[in-house]
Amino acid sequence: MEKQKRLFKHIKSKYFPLVKSLQTALLLITGIAGYMSARCPVHNIPTVLGLTGSLLLSISGSTVLNMWYDRDIDAIMPRTSKRPLSTGQTQPKEALIFGLVLSVIGIAWALLLDPLYGVIIFAGLFFDVVVYTIWLKRRTAWSIIWGGISGGMPVLAGRVLGTGQIDWVGITLAMGVLFWIPTHILTFSMRYHDDYQKAKVPTFPSTYSFQTTRLIIAVSSVLATLAFGAASYGVGLTWGFLRLLIVLSAGLFVLAVQSLRSPSERITFGLFKYASLYMLSAMLLMFFTGV
Amino acid sequence: MKQISVLDRILLLITGLLAAYQISFGLNDLNTLSTWSYTVGFGVLLVAGLLLIILGFEGLENQIVVIVSTLIPLSISLGLVAEHLPQFTTPYLIFAILGFAAIAITRYTAEGKTATIILALTHGIAGSLITFLPIILSIQGKVSGGYFLVGIAGALIGVGGLLLAFLKAGKPILSQKMILTVLPALLLLMTSAFVYGFSFR
Repeated sequence: MEKQKRLFKHIKSKYFPLVKSLQTALLLITGIAGYMSARCPVHNIPTVLGLTGSLLLSISGSTVLNMWYDRDIDAIMPRTSKRPLSTGQTQPKEALIFGLVLSVIGIAWALLLDPLYGVIIFAGLFFDVVVYTIWLKRRTAWSIIWGGISGGMPVLAGRVLGTGQIDWVGITLAMGVLFWIPTHILTFSMRYHDDYQKAKVPTFPSTYSFQTTRLIIAVSSVLATLAFGAASYGVGLTWGFLRLLIVLSAGLFVLAVQSLRSPSERITFGLFKYASLYMLSAMLLMFFTGV
Repeated sequence: MKQISVLDRILLLITGLLAAYQISFGLNDLNTLSTWSYTVGFGVLLVAGLLLIILGFEGLENQIVVIVSTLIPLSISLGLVAEHLPQFTTPYLIFAILGFAAIAITRYTAEGKTATIILALTHGIAGSLITFLPIILSIQGKVSGGYFLVGIAGALIGVGGLLLAFLKAGKPILSQKMILTVLPALLLLMTSAFVYGFSFR
């Protein structure tokens, strides 16, 4: 028993940090919300479990592969230098195998569940690991667009699994996530500007300016609210929930404008946190649509 | 400035959830102006609660907070007027717009004293309306008895508004620490009274 406990503790400390749990959870929620937005009966347990399992494994796999590839720059940046791959607690080969196993099982499971759903999940993983992380991240600040596209794939995949086709609501939901991603990534690139400079990773603040970055965050926040608003209307959200979404969107808009008028680290980070909360709320509202 | 505690955050979260509930489920079968007025009032409460959770009490130092928070009594009182005294809707709407504009302008242009007078006057009228109208309507039997809770909420909003207004004006009635200690509980109590009171409509 003691041996098993120690083994579990060992695995937990070695592999769990490789899966960015909060980010993975948020993306997983978008996938489930996309499925529920198609008004699928929640008691369809096998499909819901299949969706949750395949998405969880694919997103986790892609995150582990990102971390495996970025281990050299993670070691340079103080914010990420304590990650298990940077400290040597986990060996690169172990992480690579772990990431590949998770990804392959996740995608295979997704393909078995529904071929179109599986292809979208695979596209998300491919855009994230190959296009964003390996090809573009160290070359151009604009790589975040591909990060955003891959971030939008879980919600699109969930919607496709529910409806059996790619429709405008699914694409709009994915665009909502795509526009939300800059708020997330660009806030980090401002807050940890020196870290990224040290690691020689091009970011918007270093390539353009902090004020331009704030403007992009504000504009993309507004575009995200418009996309989520349109999609919510498309899925037939009740007027009560639509009013709630409008209120939350207005809050995001005011905060975005405030970050432009009186820029400060507090406001920028507040916008980042509020945008995450906004995304979670928008997805939960989609979830209620299906219940 | 007092640091926001976990308890404060929990109280503000419950406040936000109650406001979200009221916006989503509590505004059915009302005329358009009342629906949107209440939506703005509870919406500001919801967003303000979330921002306080995220930014802490330091968020209150921003001038925009004073301006936007005025929307709570103004829009809820406007909703009440449009719902129960429709003949006064237009003049009150004009008062609400002018009052809000005056507060916004004087915050940035006038001296502290003038800005505080304008704020206290507008808050006072809106707060009195929210306090007394529901109580009078309950006494007259035009609404269910429990509706008087909306009036209690109005009184609480008045207390909170005055405490913050005088604090901002540099003449605090209570110490800043005391005000910030009671603020989350006061907001929760006020929102609970609003939501429960409105269910007796």
